[in-house]
Amino acid sequence: MPTEVHQPVDGDLLAADRPWVVIVWNDPINLMTYVTFVLQKLFGYTKDKATALMLQVHHEGKAVVSTGPREKAELDVFRLHEYGLWATMQQD
Amino acid sequence: MLQKRPFKPQKDGTFTIGLGEHEREVLHELAEQLAGQISGGTDDGSMFRLFPPGYSEDLGRQVEYDRLMRDDLQERHLSALRVLQETVGQQAIDEMQLNAWVMALNQLRLVLGTRLDVTEETTEDDIAEDSPAAGAFALYGYLGYLQDAAVEGLSSRI
Repeated sequence: MPTEVHQPVDGDLLAADRPWVVIVWNDPINLMTYVTFVLQKLFGYTKDKATALMLQVHHEGKAVVSTGPREKAELDVFRLHEYGLWATMQQD
Repeated sequence: MLQKRPFKPQKDGTFTIGLGEHEREVLHELAEQLAGQISGGTDDGSMFRLFPPGYSEDLGRQVEYDRLMRDDLQERHLSALRVLQETVGQQAIDEMQLNAWVMALNQLRLVLGTRLDVTEETTEDDIAEDSPAAGAFALYGYLGYLQDAAVEGLSSRI
């Protein structure tokens, strides 16, 4: 089928455009108040939004805290590591 | 016992430090030790949380990311520990210095917590008073108390 032949090309183009997500993982050491504070400080989130993300990390094991191009994701991960949060990035 | 508020916000934007001499000495020594360990590159496995991988699913990218970022991250960690060492004897510190304190205190907790292998379920009641790790757990709890107080002080300014 001709359409199938073209699919990988389309897939690659889409892959390049897909945003990167920055994930914060749950860990047993960081204090809940501290995680909320860091998310407010680094991303300018309101206390409510930062608290909701922190609780998602705590209860579900992880949460996406920011999205964007790869360069921005790398900077966000660096700043989260600077504050000692367990953060990784991957393409959405 | 701890009686004073460790970090009391002042009208001029600074925070007075309500810590005793012994507490200040302990914090100075801990910061000095960890800075030495980071600079010396000696890792007994407890450094993992200070330098975690950014790309967990892509080894090639992780190697490149680590090559580009590790020195900067190390310098940021050392810088926070340096501020703690240099200002721990002061009566008051400004907001940026308290922010460095909170980062340094967190580094100390991450390394100590990793060494003690703490879990979500770990409580002080789990540790027998005569256990060899009892002192380290008490220190871990104290650092958490201080960090929480520092976060509370900083959050009042956000």
